[in-house]
Amino acid sequence: MEYNDTAGTVGEEIQTMSLKDPHPNYLKVFLTFAKNSLIRDMTFRTNFVLQCVSSVGWTLMNVGFYLILFQYTDTIGAESGWDRDKFFLFLATTWFINSIVQAFFMPNAEEFSELIRTGGLDFALLKPIDTQFLISFRKVDWSSLSNFGAGIVIAIISLHNLAHRENTPMIPGWHEIALYLIFVILGIVIMYSLMICLSATSVWLGRNQTLYNFWFYITNFSRYPMEMYDRGWGRPLYGIFTFIIPVLLVVNVPARILARPIDPRTTGEWFFVAWAFVAACGSVIFSRWIFHRALSSYRSASS
Amino acid sequence: MSPVPSQLQWKISSWMMIFRTALEERLVYRGDFALGTLMRFLPIVTQIFLWFAVFDAIESKGDNTEGTIGGFSFEEIVAYYLLTMLGRAFSSMPGLASGIAKQIREGEIKRYLIQPIDLIGFLLLNRIAHKFAYYVIAAGPFALVFFLCRHYFVSGWPSLTTLFAFTLSLVMGFLIGFFLEASIGMIGFWFLEVSSLLFVYMLFSFFLSGHMFPLSLLPDSIEYFVTFLPLKYLAYFPAAIFLGKIPQDELLFELALEACWLVFFIALCRIAYSRGVQRYSGYGG
Repeated sequence: MEYNDTAGTVGEEIQTMSLKDPHPNYLKVFLTFAKNSLIRDMTFRTNFVLQCVSSVGWTLMNVGFYLILFQYTDTIGAESGWDRDKFFLFLATTWFINSIVQAFFMPNAEEFSELIRTGGLDFALLKPIDTQFLISFRKVDWSSLSNFGAGIVIAIISLHNLAHRENTPMIPGWHEIALYLIFVILGIVIMYSLMICLSATSVWLGRNQTLYNFWFYITNFSRYPMEMYDRGWGRPLYGIFTFIIPVLLVVNVPARILARPIDPRTTGEWFFVAWAFVAACGSVIFSRWIFHRALSSYRSASS
Repeated sequence: MSPVPSQLQWKISSWMMIFRTALEERLVYRGDFALGTLMRFLPIVTQIFLWFAVFDAIESKGDNTEGTIGGFSFEEIVAYYLLTMLGRAFSSMPGLASGIAKQIREGEIKRYLIQPIDLIGFLLLNRIAHKFAYYVIAAGPFALVFFLCRHYFVSGWPSLTTLFAFTLSLVMGFLIGFFLEASIGMIGFWFLEVSSLLFVYMLFSFFLSGHMFPLSLLPDSIEYFVTFLPLKYLAYFPAAIFLGKIPQDELLFELALEACWLVFFIALCRIAYSRGVQRYSGYGG
């Protein structure tokens, strides 16, 4: 995959904007980034379509796997309440969050370690804009959003099935939908913070290919209902991934709000909702701190 | 008057040289390798919990008295995932097809047209050396994980015949993986860009090789067709042999069938290469 580097023109744009106004308009800058990425994607249109098709293909394969699984069982976990339609709502939530992370943050995090290795970070530091913003939003991988579309289709089908089933039909209320959206965003925030932390470590480690694998393996835990891990030797994992690296909350909290697997809700559930809010705020602050620590120990690699 | 043995000697010594170079090249990154191998088992942890939850739900409902899915119990499914990791360690060929396509695209393939070295043979030796280096380093992490998970292998060590068949299927799995991917790489002679095609192949292979779940879980009508495909030899088949899911009396027949597929892919790869070379016009300096 080859494309022209439009970063130069973007830089100029930021500079001219900042000459007029010492505080850059972050939204405008972001829209410029997004536009440039879209132009780049549209230059290689066939490639773009193929990328969309292949990521949707991956989604379909996962759907196929879970459909097969539900041929054999009614729920995932005894008395957990995660039946087929509710679990597919869970999956849709996973896809919403993952596609956003992959579209907006993944390409940038990948580039960040490359910037450090090559010394290109110098140029980012010179720009009159917040460095973390510049590093995190420079590129948008539009093709990853195709999975967002796939998520919407899955969510609509499962909501339809839930509303029309014979015993205990379920239609989520407006406040549930609102809470769901808020916690999907907070989930994305947690994922983003985790990614910033991981990529910031490349300042110290130089190159961190293994860390990116680490990212995939950690987020792998977030893809299933969290109570699944709450037994035997899974308990330490459950604790770590809920309270220290809160990836288990990312999908679980919003998905539970919308799918309501256990009805009526337990107080434990509300505890996790509150905790997810605290965790999201905490992880943003923590990741920003780590990022600044990393920047202050950055020594240019070029020349 | 002995031109034949000396030529053979020359060939062997050059093959040995290629093998040694590739082996040394590979051992440079051993630290990263060992860690990477151990990390690759992490997704299995989630799989263990997922399947436990599934079997837990089935047992609590109580109408599936055998407690098996597609002929697999919970322990066997975990053992299955571990064994497919072993199968994939043999049959996966990272970068092979894309490497061939890249060599075609960038004109590097000319080297093999001028020099008295066969491209496919060279790549195969390289791959064997890489795999060999991989096993030397990965043996530790693999042994550790299998030891920690030994209680999932409920029926203990299989019989010697089964072990022999298992080894044979792993070796053939390696060769099928190699010639299958090399054949896909040869498509590069006709289409310069094969990366998206490769991705589609990878998707299907992940699903239909049994890497994602045991193929016997598929609905019968689909399973019937999927077991005719050669992709199952990349992951499902060796694991199924080890766990005794292939009946003893069919074992020989199944292995013979696999050998036929192997011959097919060797022929396909050779034909594609010779046809491709005829078509080839050297781009690039």
